[in-house]
Amino acid sequence: MAEQVLAADGRPLKTSLNRALRRQKLRALMLIAPLLLFILLSFVMPIADMLFRSVENQIVGETLPRTVVELKDWDATSGTEPDAAVFEALARDLSIAVEEKSHTRLGSRLNYELTGISSLFRKTGRSVDEVGEAAQDALEALSPAWEERSAFGGLLGTARWTADLDAWDGEGTAPAFEARPEMAAALPETTRLYTSFANMVGAEGDNPLTEKQWPIVSHVFAQEIVTAETPDGLDAFGQAVFSDVKAAMAATTLDDPKAIFIDVDEDWGSTDVWRTIQTYSPAYTDGYFLNSIDRLKGADGSEARPENEQVYVTLFIRTMIMSFTITVSCIVLGYPIAWLLANLPARKANLLMILVLLPFWTSLLVRTSAWKVLLQQQGVINDILVWIGLVADDNRLQLINNQTGTIIAMTHILLPFMILPLYSVMKTIPPTYLRAAKSLGATNWTAFWRVYFPQSIPGIGAGSILAFILSIGYYITPEIVGGTKGVFISNRIAYHISTSLNWGLAAALGAILLAIVMLFYYAYDKIVGIDNVKLGG
Amino acid sequence: MSGLPTYASPGQRVWYYSFRVICGLIFFFLIAPILVIIPLSFNAENFFTFTPEMLALDPAGFSTKHYEDFFSNSDWQLALRNSLKIAPVATIISVSLGTLAAIGLSQSHVPFRRAIMAILISPMIVPLIISATGMYFFYSNPYIPIPFYGKVELPFTLTGTYIGVVLAHAALGIPFVIITVTATLVGFDNSLTRAAANMGAGPVTTFFRIQMPLILPGVVSGGLFAFITSFDEVVVVLFVGSAGQKTLPWQMFTGLREQISPTILAVATILIGISILLLVVLEVLRRRSERLRGMSPS
Repeated sequence: MAEQVLAADGRPLKTSLNRALRRQKLRALMLIAPLLLFILLSFVMPIADMLFRSVENQIVGETLPRTVVELKDWDATSGTEPDAAVFEALARDLSIAVEEKSHTRLGSRLNYELTGISSLFRKTGRSVDEVGEAAQDALEALSPAWEERSAFGGLLGTARWTADLDAWDGEGTAPAFEARPEMAAALPETTRLYTSFANMVGAEGDNPLTEKQWPIVSHVFAQEIVTAETPDGLDAFGQAVFSDVKAAMAATTLDDPKAIFIDVDEDWGSTDVWRTIQTYSPAYTDGYFLNSIDRLKGADGSEARPENEQVYVTLFIRTMIMSFTITVSCIVLGYPIAWLLANLPARKANLLMILVLLPFWTSLLVRTSAWKVLLQQQGVINDILVWIGLVADDNRLQLINNQTGTIIAMTHILLPFMILPLYSVMKTIPPTYLRAAKSLGATNWTAFWRVYFPQSIPGIGAGSILAFILSIGYYITPEIVGGTKGVFISNRIAYHISTSLNWGLAAALGAILLAIVMLFYYAYDKIVGIDNVKLGG
Repeated sequence: MSGLPTYASPGQRVWYYSFRVICGLIFFFLIAPILVIIPLSFNAENFFTFTPEMLALDPAGFSTKHYEDFFSNSDWQLALRNSLKIAPVATIISVSLGTLAAIGLSQSHVPFRRAIMAILISPMIVPLIISATGMYFFYSNPYIPIPFYGKVELPFTLTGTYIGVVLAHAALGIPFVIITVTATLVGFDNSLTRAAANMGAGPVTTFFRIQMPLILPGVVSGGLFAFITSFDEVVVVLFVGSAGQKTLPWQMFTGLREQISPTILAVATILIGISILLLVVLEVLRRRSERLRGMSPS
């Protein structure tokens, strides 16, 4: 058996080395950790949040919880609107949503899918308190006690809650509602709705016992009391409720939410609105992504959008084609320059390099404004062309606010990103190879094409991917010189964030763009290696 | 290419000179748009083209009124102040965290080195509009996700605040610091730190007395990159910032999009001056760094 090699301190050498290695790794990680944490919080989390938002759709389920459940079994292809139970649920959900003012947000959300829903929700929101008027009138006709604002609170809430409210000084939020267990069991929906009411009023700093309850509470109460079992241990008022009121309500005709809603807007009778609500009721949706590729969720699966609403596929293709054109222009213009710089004596090359580096270091906004000024119809370029006589004065070239403008300006902006990697690759190609090829009888062209060019391809690859990645996500330059025809997908994303406020769609478009860029980034990493990214000469 | 041999054929001569002309035209394309801005910014009229007076070199055609407007207009001055308040702080954050991480990354045994590098470089690769979108969503309502629990919402918002813009810009500047500093560390001789340790210097002393002076040129050029990234950045600040954080590029952008005023040309000329200055500083640093590391400057 071989003798174990020991370190100076008597431990086995292997253990000692392992420990040293582990400590070294740990130290390296400790140095990296702060930055990694910083990047995760300030950059990676936002990107993850954006990706999450592209599928997130909780607003429907959160705003209309009862409706979503009732609507689950409705068959959208039946051609008839859902039954009364769904309208009942909608009346309850909407009554709460109107008080929370969340129904307009839901309306705008669903309006992205079906135009007109936004105004439908706003309109219905104004009339939703009609549901419950009949019940309230019947109750008040039965006994003046129901005109008291504290009637429901006294019936449903515990004595402790009432006492707490009496002792409350009116500062901050009111004590949270506490339901009597027997009432919660006998009248579950009424209790739930009253809880929402009491807590919302309380959160505003008002006393729920001095505020009129929402009509929907009376409506639901009138429905539930008819079939409710009488709980034990009721006081005199409670017993009266469960005998007299029960009998009276059984004989009363209550409001019909379905009739009221369809009367407010006949769209509630159409299947389209209901189908949209049903389609978008799950908490996650692929709807934004479908929208990003010009499709929509139809009655059965996804279907193409109407011809006049198809914009995004065209825009993605246009972005790709224009980025490709810009990349090719960069190669065509950058290759000779890189070749010249790599083959000139160092002193001259360094001097000329300044002409490449100065644009590289100049503010993007400066270069964009330069092109905006130069390319205008009354701008310098058109002036020169007119002066030379190439273009008639009344027929000046339209160089800006179209694709030409975007391509010219962006080629100029991205050209240094092409020249620099090309230059660093060409610098490593020995000029003797060319001479050797020529001495073996190759013509100039053959020597270049068969010997030099293949060796410069890594540079072209690196520069092209870099230029393409940068150009595909450009926003500023197309926005300023691109007009409507020369804009990229980025401009559409910005539009959805700041103008149309359709954030989910912006997130989905962003996610697709990110996926494309990541694909090229991966390719770049494989071909060039991210460690080998060089900055400025 | 460095000269035409005397035995060159006429065809070669024609190609030699036409190639130089082509290259000259491309250089002209690169530099002319930037240079044209400079005389235009001294225009006495509110035009964006050369007036007949300017072409005749008549002094009446020139004036510094656009510069006067820049220095007296409160909008531009606010933008300038904001830019100067945001960029240095963002730079300090990215340089300090970035240098530490670059030193960590250049040690010999770093687990997940490639993945960490990819994450740290990503702010440079991800299109700005996507970073801006994500930051706009997340900064307006920041939260900490906890697996199997959900998210803990933080009780503050970062959109429309100075801190939010600084954090966003620091994140965008980090890749540049990482790239330049790791590049400098490639040529760093580790026996120097070992020698320092051998003579009794602690890790902190070694870092500040031995390592830091040697990698300083890389750190400074990384810092310059980070500074210019923040100073020149407009997309993220448009989304994350509010009118109170309006920076110079923001003001230029809105100016270009809405009421285009020749003051923009004056600002552009000033910025060109700054970039020339920056270019010179970087070149000096590069030469110094190569000399320090014992390479002959090219």
